[in-house]
Amino acid sequence: MKNEAMAIELKQIRKTFGSVVANNNIDLSVKQGEILALLGENGSGKTTLMNMLSGIYKPDSGSIFINGHSVAINSPEDSIRLGVGMIHQHFKLVEALSAADNIILGAKEKGFFLNRSRSEKIREISKRFGLEIDSEKKVYQMSVSEKQTVEIIKVLYRQADILILDEPTAVLTPQETKRLFEILRRMKEEGCAVIIITHKLNEVLEISDRVTILRKGESVATVETAGTSAQELTELMVGRPVELSIDHPETYFEENLLEIHHLTVCDEEGFEMIKDISFDLNRGEILGVAGVAGSGQKELCEALAGLLPVKKGAILYHKENLVGKSPAEIIKMGISMSFIPEDRLGMGLAASMGMVDNMLLKTYNEGKGPFVSKKAARELSKRLVKQLDIVTPSVDTPVRRLSGGNVQKVLLGREIESQPNVLITAYAVRGLDINSSYTIYDLINEQKQKGVGILFIGEDLDVMLELCDRIMVLCNGKITGIVNAKDVTKEQLGLLMTDASGKGGHKS
Amino acid sequence: MTEQSIRIKREPFLRVVKKTEVSYGRMVLLSLLAVVIAIVAGGIFILAIGQNPFEIYASIVKGAWRSKIAARGTIKLAIPLLIAALGITPAFHMKFWNIGAEGQIIMGGIFATYFALFWTGLPHWMLLLLMFIGGAIGGGLWGLIPAYFKTKYGTNETLFTLMMNYIALYLIKYLTEGPWRDPASSGFPKIASFAPNARLDQVLGVHAGWLIGLALVAVMFVYLRFSKQGYEISVVGESINTARYAGMSVKKIIMRTMFLSGAVCGIAGMCQVSGAAYTLGDGVAGGVGFTAIIVAWLAQLNPVVILVVTVLFSMLDKGCSVMQSDFGLSPAVSSILQGIILFCILAFDFFTRYRFVLRQRRKA
Repeated sequence: MKNEAMAIELKQIRKTFGSVVANNNIDLSVKQGEILALLGENGSGKTTLMNMLSGIYKPDSGSIFINGHSVAINSPEDSIRLGVGMIHQHFKLVEALSAADNIILGAKEKGFFLNRSRSEKIREISKRFGLEIDSEKKVYQMSVSEKQTVEIIKVLYRQADILILDEPTAVLTPQETKRLFEILRRMKEEGCAVIIITHKLNEVLEISDRVTILRKGESVATVETAGTSAQELTELMVGRPVELSIDHPETYFEENLLEIHHLTVCDEEGFEMIKDISFDLNRGEILGVAGVAGSGQKELCEALAGLLPVKKGAILYHKENLVGKSPAEIIKMGISMSFIPEDRLGMGLAASMGMVDNMLLKTYNEGKGPFVSKKAARELSKRLVKQLDIVTPSVDTPVRRLSGGNVQKVLLGREIESQPNVLITAYAVRGLDINSSYTIYDLINEQKQKGVGILFIGEDLDVMLELCDRIMVLCNGKITGIVNAKDVTKEQLGLLMTDASGKGGHKS
Repeated sequence: MTEQSIRIKREPFLRVVKKTEVSYGRMVLLSLLAVVIAIVAGGIFILAIGQNPFEIYASIVKGAWRSKIAARGTIKLAIPLLIAALGITPAFHMKFWNIGAEGQIIMGGIFATYFALFWTGLPHWMLLLLMFIGGAIGGGLWGLIPAYFKTKYGTNETLFTLMMNYIALYLIKYLTEGPWRDPASSGFPKIASFAPNARLDQVLGVHAGWLIGLALVAVMFVYLRFSKQGYEISVVGESINTARYAGMSVKKIIMRTMFLSGAVCGIAGMCQVSGAAYTLGDGVAGGVGFTAIIVAWLAQLNPVVILVVTVLFSMLDKGCSVMQSDFGLSPAVSSILQGIILFCILAFDFFTRYRFVLRQRRKA
């Protein structure tokens, strides 16, 4: 009887924010023991929809059925009570507590004392779903994938039988992704309903039973995974045929731009985040930097841009040492760094300023006199809007009101327009949809052909293998390998990222 | 999970929802509504103490402007408030919560007084210029100290600036009873009145501080909106990381802006001692530094709007004191009335940011 009913059924859901329609006429359903992939470009309403299921937003109209009953989800608490568990992209764990403490946190149980049997219960859940966890280990000592496991056990502990995972693989190595998928399949066998949000088509094809595609806030199609292809999914998502391969133009510059010798960098707390690394970057080359999140990518960027003091070593640019120069001097020399943080706006853009004012960030000081001249910036903004198809009501609209993809185009557009010689870009396509990602790859390739040296810090190994010339792998602040992108496989990179050969020293 | 728990409880009756963006027209409308509600709420209070609200309000408005003397009094109240609110503005733009305007006004007053007492031999305009610069430097230093500690050691600027107020206040007490005590005043310790040479000139019946204030409105407006430094202030206020990535020296900007903020407040202190009091007493700031925060905030840090809000505030202040003597009411009454009106207006700030949503009957 129970299996007949859908675990979740959404009917004609509509949600607006002011005049913006985020979701419209959305129909979606998941059976028990089924994995549904939710696919859609950025700004197509995936997150809004899931936030309504987890009680953060409320729909304006439409109805939600859980196990066949019509429900109103007023708060995250309601959502948990209904058995919906959400695993966010950014983990919500207390770093100083152990796994077990994090798991029972917020699970309201009767009685005054903590339940003594909790470890047993955690063990039982772990066994049932094939999860491995040391329940006494503190969260801050855990790797990303372990933290994710804790998040999963947390929702299972609260007896969730409907799981929503928001881009769970974005931070995982290929090996870790495989393990996660095994766990998801196990859940499916146990009768859970799983919704997975992801951008990666190959993962959709690998793990899901059905795919629901959102476009511009509406559910445009639901297809059986077995009968579809990456090409078809992309077309449904974008609304027209799209070329799926990344260009890889060859360049013939022989000149060396940057040489890094024995660089050691500490973060603000004084921990060594980059340990004695050496590499070089040539003109017309894209050097990829791969690594598990937090392997020192951010510190490397900041050190190159002069934002973090260098403890040891040298950064030579045309044989001139950059160590000790101020960030403004380094910008003037033609080294541009754009780091796209998780919240996208925190670094590089001023959220409540318009495009025009944001264009001025690195150049406002160039003109003479005490006043800022906005004329050139206004023209530049208008040109970028046209060139990069930036969707904005006007060039003075605060950039925080633009969607993520457009924000990133504004940022990268500005960096490229400053005509740098070295372009350092970290997570340039973070969270971007396919279409915008390709626009950005094209921009980067264009710069490469002009002879710019590009340091591309990325997350998606598939993309890096196609886009980059060489790939440098960081693990715990050390280089575990610099390889030619042509001669390496994803699995090999994955092994380097986790330092399987032990070259990078032990884990801290 | 039991079937019972699945049958979910109903929606809450009232929800608070954050507004996404508020249009300019709506904002003005809401502000006007806030004023109306404030007046009504104050009226209820007046009724409760057995007076006629219409008469009382009429007396407040008339009281502020009914004669040249009254109008001058109102403007005199407005001058320090206006200048101090303008002083706070650049710091608040940078999201540096400078609540030390009170102390910065006092330090401006102390520095200006030093020149007024000991450099009286100078020509009039030169002395005033020295007092002006001295006041600005005094206030500026008082603003610079917390900024230095903030950038160097990450101290909390709110507490730091607040505490600096008390140091400044007790410094006056020390000077009054110690080194600067007027030997001519027998028994009651006070600082000597300034020589006419050190007094700010009158323009149209009020000391020239109002001209300084108006000039500062224009300067601050242009500075914040069009200058490079103003741009830097906005970026730092927006995100320190963004400012760093753009190659700005955040520490320098914070210290420079706080010096400026304190300096403008210091000018307010200079105007008070040389234009209004002709001496330095511990009432030189008299809470103006705190009221200025409310003014700046209500005006959303726009220098021109600050001018308008300041005039309204001073009108209320002056009018209330006239009203209370006309009707023979206790001073507490006018304080309560002012409090009620202010409370209503500030509370309405909430409604410009949030709205209530009533439970709707939902279609199945």
